[in-house]
Amino acid sequence: MNQVGSALSLAFGLAGVGALAGLVAPARWRSLAAGAAIAAVGAAGAAAGFAVVSGTGWQVSLPDLLPLAGVSLSADALAGWFLLLIGGVAAVVGVYTVGYAGRSGHGPASRAALAVLPVFVAAMLLVPVAASVSTFLLAWELMAVTSLLLVLGEHRHSPAVRTAGLWYAAMTQAGFVAVLLGLVWLAAAAGGESFAVIRAAGPGLSPVVAGGVFLLCVAGFASKAGAVPLHPWLPRAHAEAPSHVSALMSAAMVKLGVYGIVRVGFDLLGGGPRWWWLLLGGLGAVSALYGILQAAVATDLKRLLAFSTSENVGLILLGLAAAGLWADAGQPAVAGVALAAALLHAANHAGFKTLLFCGAGSVLRATGTRDLDVLGGLSRRMPATTLLFTVGALGAAALPPGNGFVSEWLLLQALLHRAPAAGTVITVAAPVAVAVVALTAGIGVAAYVKALGTGFLARPRSTAAASAVESPPSMLAGMGLAAVVCAGLAVAPAVSAPALDRIATGLNAGTAPLAGGGVDVRLSGIASTISPLWIAVGVVGLAVGYAAAARALGRTRRRAAAWDCGDGPLTPRMEYTATSFAEPLQRVFDNVLAPEQDVDVTHPAESAYLVRAVQYRRRLPDRVEARLYRPLIAAADTVGRAARLLATGSVHRYLAYMLGALVAVLVAGVIR
Amino acid sequence: MSAWGAAAVQAVLVAAVAPLLIGFMRAVRARLEGRAGGRLVQPWRDLRKQLRKESIIPADAGVFFTAAPVVLLATSVLVAAAAPYLSTRGPLPGVADLIVVVGLLLLGAVALALAGLDTGTAFGGMGASREMTIAALVEPTLLLSVFALSTRSGSTDLGAIVAAGAADTAGAFTPASALAAAALAIATLAEAGRLPVDNPATHLELTMVHEAMVLEYSGRDLALVEWAAAMRLTILLGLLANLFIPWGVATSLHPLAIAVAVVVFVAKLAVLGGLLAAGEVFAAKLRLFRIPELLAGSFVLGLLAVITSAVLA
Repeated sequence: MNQVGSALSLAFGLAGVGALAGLVAPARWRSLAAGAAIAAVGAAGAAAGFAVVSGTGWQVSLPDLLPLAGVSLSADALAGWFLLLIGGVAAVVGVYTVGYAGRSGHGPASRAALAVLPVFVAAMLLVPVAASVSTFLLAWELMAVTSLLLVLGEHRHSPAVRTAGLWYAAMTQAGFVAVLLGLVWLAAAAGGESFAVIRAAGPGLSPVVAGGVFLLCVAGFASKAGAVPLHPWLPRAHAEAPSHVSALMSAAMVKLGVYGIVRVGFDLLGGGPRWWWLLLGGLGAVSALYGILQAAVATDLKRLLAFSTSENVGLILLGLAAAGLWADAGQPAVAGVALAAALLHAANHAGFKTLLFCGAGSVLRATGTRDLDVLGGLSRRMPATTLLFTVGALGAAALPPGNGFVSEWLLLQALLHRAPAAGTVITVAAPVAVAVVALTAGIGVAAYVKALGTGFLARPRSTAAASAVESPPSMLAGMGLAAVVCAGLAVAPAVSAPALDRIATGLNAGTAPLAGGGVDVRLSGIASTISPLWIAVGVVGLAVGYAAAARALGRTRRRAAAWDCGDGPLTPRMEYTATSFAEPLQRVFDNVLAPEQDVDVTHPAESAYLVRAVQYRRRLPDRVEARLYRPLIAAADTVGRAARLLATGSVHRYLAYMLGALVAVLVAGVIR
Repeated sequence: MSAWGAAAVQAVLVAAVAPLLIGFMRAVRARLEGRAGGRLVQPWRDLRKQLRKESIIPADAGVFFTAAPVVLLATSVLVAAAAPYLSTRGPLPGVADLIVVVGLLLLGAVALALAGLDTGTAFGGMGASREMTIAALVEPTLLLSVFALSTRSGSTDLGAIVAAGAADTAGAFTPASALAAAALAIATLAEAGRLPVDNPATHLELTMVHEAMVLEYSGRDLALVEWAAAMRLTILLGLLANLFIPWGVATSLHPLAIAVAVVVFVAKLAVLGGLLAAGEVFAAKLRLFRIPELLAGSFVLGLLAVITSAVLA
């Protein structure tokens, strides 16, 4: 057993200890014990991942652990990347959990919720190292079930949690069925269930089998990743789950959907024809645009972050689609850049989304609300949280010098590449994809300006926001760690170059997609360079330099009342809220968002020409859910009710059914 | 002259010329409207006056309000130093990238929008909301123009694009680049907050965008904001000039070449600024909800530019 094996064994062992500690520890120490265990599991997982991406391979087969198939594990560079990502997120969230799930946090979490948490992290670490279909499915289902339990953690407090749990359970199980069918079909066609056998047989599979497996797996994995239109569980589950769970799910678990697509599409099937990738790209483009539009008009902070997860997954899928397309068009170097962009964006998203969900959790703890319309004024009362949230928002808005900018730059470079020989479809699809990324980035900036500006700045718009207090040190420490990781990824993305090289080489997508030292990032096959360090040094250095010079020279500023048009003091009710901030965007995209508005005017009894009160209501329902899922649910409901007519309780009728079934089976056997 | 020296000259030149450009545009506009107008250096005098005055900030404003002018100025100075205005051989090729420049300018706009929200007044929020809506819709046009421009040199490096244009002047005047220039020109108007997207001379509640965000600034802070806004206009017009009329840009770091480049750059700015000011005399501000139509038009131009460059390539 090498260091990877030791680190992973340590992680799984610690997860067991953590689960036990969550169960038996007294309430006072429970969150500390569970949080420390999760942090340790995460750190061990990250250490294993780091060893793997540095070039240490590992595999083990445990035939006796499970009947029939046994358990087989192995770690290649791709698995290592996701181990590192999940481990890193878990380590940070573990530290945060100590405070958030404790007494000084958002109310103490229940025994079960804290015991399940380490198991969930361990299941997530197990998914990327699974090396056979049965092991993979087992780990996947363990992850799904534990995350469902965690989503339901606060079910006593609000009925919305139960609805969210129901949606999540239904969609995650439907996704599991799709993945199960796809992988079992693949294993049957390849003549073995270990990934090594499938990988060897992959290129020889018939196009029908390969295409069918790809479609089933993309459907299942994309629903876990929260890609539109398979997303309705995501804004509910992420919003209603406890915030540390939201962070784990959004930053880490969702990425395993991406991992699944890479593993099946690029590794096991060994790439595929153009239509696969155009389909995946379409899915990514729709996710990115629809997700960010919903985020821009959301007023619930965690719902905004959840829809932004859909958006970022869309961008990652666009990167994967570009990688597949360029590989198919005979441009492996550019395919490597696109793949690197997708993987780096996955890591960046994990960094800033952990930070942002933890920040949202701190706001929830301090004020008891997630509604941006009634927040505001937190920057005075929670300066550290505001600063950390700003770091995350800078990354999420993909603005330089944030970390999201570098990966979006890479993605754009991969899409901007011109290869006339690649054909008309790519020539038209590439600019459309660039426009989609650009519009997504633009609206993303508006969404995060809204989250930061109306949530944290100006004056408090409710007594809850006015009486907010700063979070306990462990929550700040967790967020601080995440911010440091974000800053590191922002200024030195080139440190990931060797790992990305190993992954690209392993997947036959060019070599060394990224090159360059700590300062510049250069690409293989594309002539552009970027210096994230210089951008950060330039902006921060010039700003700090000027501010210092001004402080040394200038006078202090004087505070006075803001301009109120000479008509009395300004009240917080006059401020722009999240709803009013997003109103112009909502109006521009009226056709896509289809808001429901009612205006009720009530008149006094004496005259219909006078107005007593005007009531204005507006709702922005998720249109995909309303148009696609509601009819499906209604149809399933109708079929279920109709099926009840079959079971009347009469024993004679049931005997007749059995006889009929027997005859049918016999007839089928004879005909065959 | 070293590359860093040239970059410093560029930054100082842009910072010095920016208020003069505003003064020149006001003078052109005044003359066309039959007014006498102010002197060319009037914006510089205003800046000097404001820099001496005390800053008054709203009672509820926080650190975002005081930091925004500094961030805005930092992004403008960084772009002014890195982008190829005088010489295509900048010291920081990894910053002189079209996408990075677009991102840096957006960062400045975001800083101001947050400052507008931080004041806690309705005006600030209104300006921020409108500015962010327009910025979001401009972004696709900007990046499609980047796409069209990058085909010439196979890279989004501004220095490489301008150098490719300077080396092959005939190749710089193609139908694709004309379409891209038109698209980028409309995007520039929106980014710089000029008519018909925003009226820099208005203080009317219904129409303010940029002015609503900066309404609460005074004294030194206001001076910084106005200076940086003038620099942004100079930066954008300068980019437009050098990307589509790539004459006179130094491809070496020889002092004489740089000196010629300074003269040519100022002349190009004067021509473009004069045209813009003359055009503004005849233009009225669009309603806010008509602006998306204008930007959709520029988006179509950008898409046509990309497809034309692919078809004709």
